[in-house]
This record gives sequence, C-alpha cells and structure tokens, in this order.
Amino acid sequence: MLSRVLIANRGEIALRIIRACHELGIEAVAVYSEADKDAPYLHFADEAVCIGPAESAGSYLNIPRIISAAEITDVDAIHPGYGFLAENINFAQICQDCGIGFIGPPVEAMRLLGDKVQARKLARKVKVSVVPGSQGTIEDEAEALNLANKMGYPVILKAAAGGGGRGMRVVHNEISLRSAFSAARAEAQAAFGDGSIYLEKFIVEPRHVEVQVMADEAGNALHFFERDCSIQRRHQKMIEESPCPVLDERDREHLADAAIRLIKEANYVNAATVEFLLDKDKKFYFIEVNTRIQVEHPVTEMVTGHDLIKWQLKIASGHKIKFRQKGIKHNGVAIECRINAEDPGNNFASCPGTITRYIPPGGPAVRVDSHVCQGWTVSKYYDSMIAKVIVHQRTRAEAIATMRRALREFVIEPIKTTIPACLDILSHNLFVRNEVDTGFVERNF
Amino acid sequence: MAEKETDLIKIRKILEIMKDNDLVEIEIKHGDEKIFLKRSQPQQPGVVAVPVHGPVAAGADVGVGANNVQLPVKENSVAQQEEGLTEIKSAIVGTFYERPSPDSEPYVEVGSHIEPQTVVCIIEAMKVMNEIKAETSGTIVEILVTNGQAVEYGQVLFKARPD
Repeated sequence: MLSRVLIANRGEIALRIIRACHELGIEAVAVYSEADKDAPYLHFADEAVCIGPAESAGSYLNIPRIISAAEITDVDAIHPGYGFLAENINFAQICQDCGIGFIGPPVEAMRLLGDKVQARKLARKVKVSVVPGSQGTIEDEAEALNLANKMGYPVILKAAAGGGGRGMRVVHNEISLRSAFSAARAEAQAAFGDGSIYLEKFIVEPRHVEVQVMADEAGNALHFFERDCSIQRRHQKMIEESPCPVLDERDREHLADAAIRLIKEANYVNAATVEFLLDKDKKFYFIEVNTRIQVEHPVTEMVTGHDLIKWQLKIASGHKIKFRQKGIKHNGVAIECRINAEDPGNNFASCPGTITRYIPPGGPAVRVDSHVCQGWTVSKYYDSMIAKVIVHQRTRAEAIATMRRALREFVIEPIKTTIPACLDILSHNLFVRNEVDTGFVERNF
Repeated sequence: MAEKETDLIKIRKILEIMKDNDLVEIEIKHGDEKIFLKRSQPQQPGVVAVPVHGPVAAGADVGVGANNVQLPVKENSVAQQEEGLTEIKSAIVGTFYERPSPDSEPYVEVGSHIEPQTVVCIIEAMKVMNEIKAETSGTIVEILVTNGQAVEYGQVLFKARPD
C-alpha cells in the first residue's frame, strides 16, 4: 500500500481524499494557496504545505511548485482530485519522470481518451456507437457544410480540446453554421490553445447518462453502474442520480458493457467515467471519457457501497480487483445536489463572501461532503461549489422527499446558494415524473 | 540594423525555449554579450526582454545557467514590518541551502550587508538549484531557516535591517 500521498487539490475533494487515505492508514499531505490557509481540513492532513498565492496559476495549477512540495514531503504518489491538474497529461508525465506515482490512468491511456477525436475513433473500433459526426477535426467551412447537410440539422460544433461545456455551439441551419464555424474555431484557439473543431449531429432532448468504471493494472475492468446527470444548467451538472430511472436491465447491461469495452481497449487503469447521451428511443451514443474521479462519485458510492476513492488508492498501490462484476450490487436510489455559492435570482452569478451561519443537514439517509464551516470565506478565486448533499433511499420518491427535507434544513447565510434552485427542481412535476432531459432546466427555470 | 535583427531572432528563439520549459527567468552570457529575460508568471504571456550589450562588469552577479528556473520574488513578499525590518520570503517551494556547496562559506550570515542583487541562498526545487536574490538592501539581522530545511511559498527566510 502507498504510505504517503500528496493531494494536489483543495476544498471538499481534498477533504474527501484525506478521509480515504486515513481509513487506509495512508498519510495525507495537503497543499494550499494563501487564500485557503485557514481551511479547517488542513488540520486533518498529516502535513500541509503552502504552495503559492490565491490565483490558481501560481498554486493549484503550478506544476513545479506541486512537484517540489511532493519532493520535500517525500510522498509516494499524488492524487489530483478533479479539475485543476487532474486531466493534464503534462502533469501526469512529469510525475512519472520524477518517480512520483500519479493516482489516475497511465499517460498513454490519458492521452488516447483525453482527446475526443481519438476517443471517438477508439469507440468506433470497439463497436460503441458515437453521435454521428466528423471522422476527425473539421478543416474548413466547406467540409462543415457538406457534413451538416448530409446528417441533417441541428448540428453542434465542439472544440477538440474542450470540456465542461466550454467551446460548444449548436447550429440550426446553413446560415448560422457559416458564421459559427470561424467563431468557434477562434474561441477554441483562445480558450484551449488549440483551434481544432469537430462537428456532430445534435441529439434533441437527450438524457446524460454515464458509467462509472474502475480498472486495475492486471487488466480487470468492472463497472459500478450508471449515473443520470440530465439536470444541468449551461452544461454544468446540478443534480445527479443513480440508477438512471428510464433504463431497464437490458439497456443498462448494454450501456455498461460498451463502457467496459472502451476502457479495456485503451488499456486503462484506475477510475474513469464513460459519458453517453441517451435519446428518446433509449439509443445511447458515446460522448467522452473523463479520466479522473468525478464530483458526483458519491452517488455511486451510496448505491454500491464501494468507496471509490479508496479503490483509486488501492489500485494505485498495485492491488487487484479480486471480485467479479456480479459481486457489485446496486441498491436503492441515490441523488446528489450540488450546492454552489451562486445567486439563482441573479442568473447564477457567483456569490463569494463569508459564511456567518452554517448548519448542515443530517439525519437518516443524508450525507454531506463539504469543506465549509461557520466563518469560512468563499473565495472568488475558485469554483463556486461549497457542498454536495447526497441522499440514499429505497425508492426514487423517498429519495426526493429526503433530499427536499435535507435541503430545507441546510442553513448557509448570508451568501446566496443554489439550494432554492435545487428545491424548485425537486418539486417540479416533470422531475418528479421523471420526464427530464439535458434541456429541462433551461426550458423550465 | 542587421545586428538588431539578429538579436531579435535570438531573443525569439530563447523565448520559445523558456515557454517550452516553463522558465521564468533566463540569463545567457556569451563573450561580451549578456542577455537577461524574465517572464512575470509561467502561465502568463507577458514577457520583458532586456538585451544587455557591452562588456560585463567584473563582479556582476554570477551567471544563472540557461537551465535554471528562477521564480520572481514578488514585490509584496518583501513587506515592511512593524519593527522596521524587511522580510525576505521564499517564492518557491523547495529545500533551503545556505551555501553554494557543502565546503563553501554561507552566502550570507547575520551581519552581512546585502544589495538587491546579492544572492542570499539556494532553494532546490525539482532538482534545480535556484539562487535567491535579496531584492532589498540592508543588513541581515536574523536567519529563520536552517540548512537543508524544506520551505514553503511565502515562508520568511531572512530578516534584514534596511540601510
């Protein structure tokens, strides 16, 4: 087993990883920026190193400082969490060159799956259906028009290096495609330093369904079922649940099997999430692989009883997965709500500030993953997510009721949060009746 | 004119090397020619180029090799304290060394006089020895770290009494 791990992240995921390390008898080293110097979770770490100023570029994204911190604290490996450097191939490569373990996939698998064009090619190779689209990047406007006319509008333009909803444009006709193409390309070049664009058919009103996979170095790859993350606002997930309420046993098996084929073909190791769009006819299309642990992983932990962070640490320590697929059981329903410091009444503008009153929910079936406490100042420098509330019940109706009760208990003052927005969604009859898709939030709120 | 164009090409090439290797500061000496380039932050594109011509004065700061990374000490890291002392802080995470080699004299001791360009210590980060300059002038009155100690960002290394 690894004996000492550095966590190259902050906030709730840093705390989540510290907890998993300690349960496995691993020492945890935290790194922090000057903005996070008073974070309570730093006291839970066995050691904490200040690595830079509040701006992420000088701290949580600064590779030399993080590697130096790993060297002076003599750790075996680095856990990147999610965001920041988690999907940075250069970082993973530097860790490898410095003889420090990277708790994530091998560099080659990351390179292959991190590039969406390559990942789609791989999916086609293992007969996993992809959204109809360009075979590779689109070279010019003429090629884009030709292809769009062939597959029919609407189409979506995406940056090859993009993610998290950035660098995407939906186009409904030839005229708007003409103007959108060069704009999308310039935007991608500016945002990601890579102007490669690809084009896909735009699936109307799909659900977002993703499969959690874990693979070991011996080539065993198992899935931990799916999560439905259709409740999104501007491609940012707000509420996630498992199981996906519209899949039957056969659909579920096909979906998971597709994810496993892809992961095996990439010689992947450690945690991955394979994302799909599910259309109205229950046909699923591969979109991308996230080569890291995800924000919404607790949903899967609740329904399977497996601690995914501990699995990441065990696999990085060289452990093999010793049970078979049938050994992983799905129990009940779990729902997660992301609580962000954003004002739903003001177009979800971020609301940094000091929290003077903080009372988290509790009671049966409720889990809260958060690094926040009374007196904590939400910094303007980082992501606005301050807590995740997860509930686990036998049925979806019970889970919704528990979540509503928990969110009503949750006090975070005086800053604005997304709690009222989540409550509105949970009370909406279409959500309760389970008739949602990725456009649900934008259409109804 | 021709000479200037050659310089520009040279500087552009060095900039490429800096960007590729995420270097913040680079100093190259070749005969009488000295080029010193400094970028504000590894991720930021802003680059200040200062080509220096003419003979290098004897006793000018010891050359920082082309492969060295040196992070700039931020202005606000040399803060004026209540007791009138200036703090010299670490802008890098790494291992502190008080002398250039085990059998050399320390760069500075209590009582040493420093100028902004005086090298006060070395901090090793990612196998690179970074010479840390005082960036202030005065007299060293306190050394707060010991040889071989790990230091973090913003940690106070020295206190100096300004002239």
